[in-house]
Amino acid sequence: MGLTNKSTGMGALKEMLDIRINTSDDIIIALAGNPNTGKSTVFNSLTGLNQHTGNWTGKTVTTARGNYKFKNKNFILVDLPGTYSLLSNSAEEEVARDFICFGNPNATVVVVDATCLERNLNLVLQIMEMTDKVVVCVNLMDEAKRKMIQVDLHKLSELLGVPVVGTNARSGEGLDELMDAVYKVSGKQLITKPTKVTYNDSIEKAIEEIESKINVPIGNEINKRWISLKLIDGDETIIESIKKYTGLNLILENRDVNEPDFGGNDLRDEIVGSIVKLAEDIGSQVVRAKNNRHKDLDRKIDDILTSRLFGIPTMIALLGAIFWITIVGANYPSDAIAKALFTIEDRLTGLFVFYNAPEWLHGVLVLGIYRTLAWVVSVMLPPMAIFFPLFTLLEDLGYLPRVAFNLDNYFKKACAHGKQALTMCMGFGCNAAGVIGCRIIDSPRERLIAIITNFFVPCNGRFPILISVTTIFIAGAASGFFQTIIGALTITAVILLGVIMTLLISKILSKTILKGVPSTFSLELPPYRKPQFGRIIVRSIFDRTIFVLGRAVMVAAPAGLFIWLMANYNINNISLLDHGAAFLQPFAYALGMDGYILMAFILGLPANEIVMPILIMSYMSTGTMIELESLEALRSLLISHGWTWLTAINVMLFCLMHFPCGTTLLTIKKETKSWKWTFVSFMVPTIAGIVVTFVMAQLVRWLGLI
Amino acid sequence: MKKNIMPLHLIPCGQSAKVAGLTADGSTRRRMLDFGLIIDTIVESLRKSPSGDPIAYEIRGAVIALRSEEASKIMVELI
Repeated sequence: MGLTNKSTGMGALKEMLDIRINTSDDIIIALAGNPNTGKSTVFNSLTGLNQHTGNWTGKTVTTARGNYKFKNKNFILVDLPGTYSLLSNSAEEEVARDFICFGNPNATVVVVDATCLERNLNLVLQIMEMTDKVVVCVNLMDEAKRKMIQVDLHKLSELLGVPVVGTNARSGEGLDELMDAVYKVSGKQLITKPTKVTYNDSIEKAIEEIESKINVPIGNEINKRWISLKLIDGDETIIESIKKYTGLNLILENRDVNEPDFGGNDLRDEIVGSIVKLAEDIGSQVVRAKNNRHKDLDRKIDDILTSRLFGIPTMIALLGAIFWITIVGANYPSDAIAKALFTIEDRLTGLFVFYNAPEWLHGVLVLGIYRTLAWVVSVMLPPMAIFFPLFTLLEDLGYLPRVAFNLDNYFKKACAHGKQALTMCMGFGCNAAGVIGCRIIDSPRERLIAIITNFFVPCNGRFPILISVTTIFIAGAASGFFQTIIGALTITAVILLGVIMTLLISKILSKTILKGVPSTFSLELPPYRKPQFGRIIVRSIFDRTIFVLGRAVMVAAPAGLFIWLMANYNINNISLLDHGAAFLQPFAYALGMDGYILMAFILGLPANEIVMPILIMSYMSTGTMIELESLEALRSLLISHGWTWLTAINVMLFCLMHFPCGTTLLTIKKETKSWKWTFVSFMVPTIAGIVVTFVMAQLVRWLGLI
Repeated sequence: MKKNIMPLHLIPCGQSAKVAGLTADGSTRRRMLDFGLIIDTIVESLRKSPSGDPIAYEIRGAVIALRSEEASKIMVELI
């Protein structure tokens, strides 16, 4: 299925990790660590990059790179995928392992969680088996303090034989010290003596024997003891990796049948057990925990949020509450912004008239481009500025893994991977990101299912369509307090339908073109974290709101021009736009919509953000030209074009289920390396959308409801 | 054979148990070992998800949810 990376050589690794080495003086630093240790926060704080970090497992699927200057040296920091271990051979672990082993980093920083040190030490010990140049960064010291956990950093450094630095990456505490330690270790000013795990006699003897057989000149950088250990462990992938990155074909000759059972369970248990026991031993010497009050609090919260009775209702209520706040809050600023922007439009028109500018120029620039942009900003900005911070808050608190925990059984029944619940949640941010996120799923079958069904949850670009249609139409139909409640319920129902469709389509795919049984699954439920409100607001406004709005504006400006031209270029006295809409009309009518709506979705292929603006543009250029100064006017415009509640519902349904946007499709092509699966990903949600809206429209009409 | 040995997913919530052995193979076994599930490790069953599966366990200070298929391959001894 073309899911493997087939390129070879050192260049491939560099290319895969996309490292640009500017000068030979650049110092490469690998950043490793368990998931959820704040590793990405360390990365962001050091490099100043505003890469999004969520409080859940598997955030960094691809490696991020950044650089920082320290003492006039340029350090390139490579953020490796978060892993618990380097022994399990999942895709993330192989990337991390291969980079540490073959990427020749000048030093490796292992970020560990101060509140859960013992388990994190497992990875530290494994990395220290591979390389000597290690710095341990004990992060989340503030969390540990809050939880009355004391970590003796000095003793830890002594026991490990490498520098240990305590940090609070979120506040930037300890980062100077970390950079200094990295500087010294990478510059060989400080020679580390990492504590190596010692195994039982038979394993040690086997290591020695194999080590002596590896006399091929693989270079000094590769640790022979470690490779011998991997060979005893029966790890075939390491042989492949050596071949891939160094070009050497390592074949172990004369495998002695009297040797311990290579790759057998007992042997592997012994190897892992030795590491775990050493971690346990070191942990018990350096960690002092006073009480478990905070753990109890976490448990109490989980008792409610994942309870049999209240777990799922709470989840739905939370989602509904977020939409309600968004709709209520967005109403007034939307009106105000619209008013302001259209006052400016009048001024602009006045200016054009004053200078006797030609009519077409005014049409193109003001009625075409400016008006579209004004609508994009006034309809989309307020809901996004409210919705994104709220959603980011849930992410930061650590709620999303609980969603996955609550829903896992349904994914299992759909024969899908449990992690699909997580990639689905990523899709709420951006479907293209969700598709890339599917890399955390190892099994190719389940990964494809997750990719194909990712589009069933609405992304940042589609939420505004749902919210604006609801605000303008559904909520507007009711009165007073209930209108916002009805609005919130409507959007929540649409989202739930998206989740149900995800499960249903996953199940159908599992029974047809992607047959198979679900593979194993485990999920960590990280402790709840105190959210940082300042950071949430900054991040959700800049990373998400501005990004989505910027993209919308970028696409909407040319689209506005294009629509204006289409609306004003006539063939047989009928505009191109009307020709197009008339052509699509019969089909669109069958789906409970109209030709303009369908065309807006088609023209919105580059970015779904512009579907609503295009639609409004088309209506305004063809119908009575009314002044649009408020959402109420927008509602009248829609009604004058024959909108009913059925139209609104079906627009939302079709918004939820249609062809993925251009960016997502290109990402799918890149991830699956197959046009066939890209085509399937295009067709599946489209067909689902057509079927659902068709059934809905026919049913409503047949029942005579409208 | 010791008494009270049973698969992990059958122990009641709130109960702790000691790992007696793993019956899983291959990558599943490796993953379990990565969580630190070696012999004699104490595991506490914390809570079931709303539909009864997966179940969350406390393993060496972390909360890990396992599907019953996986948990059934971890043999434990009640304590």
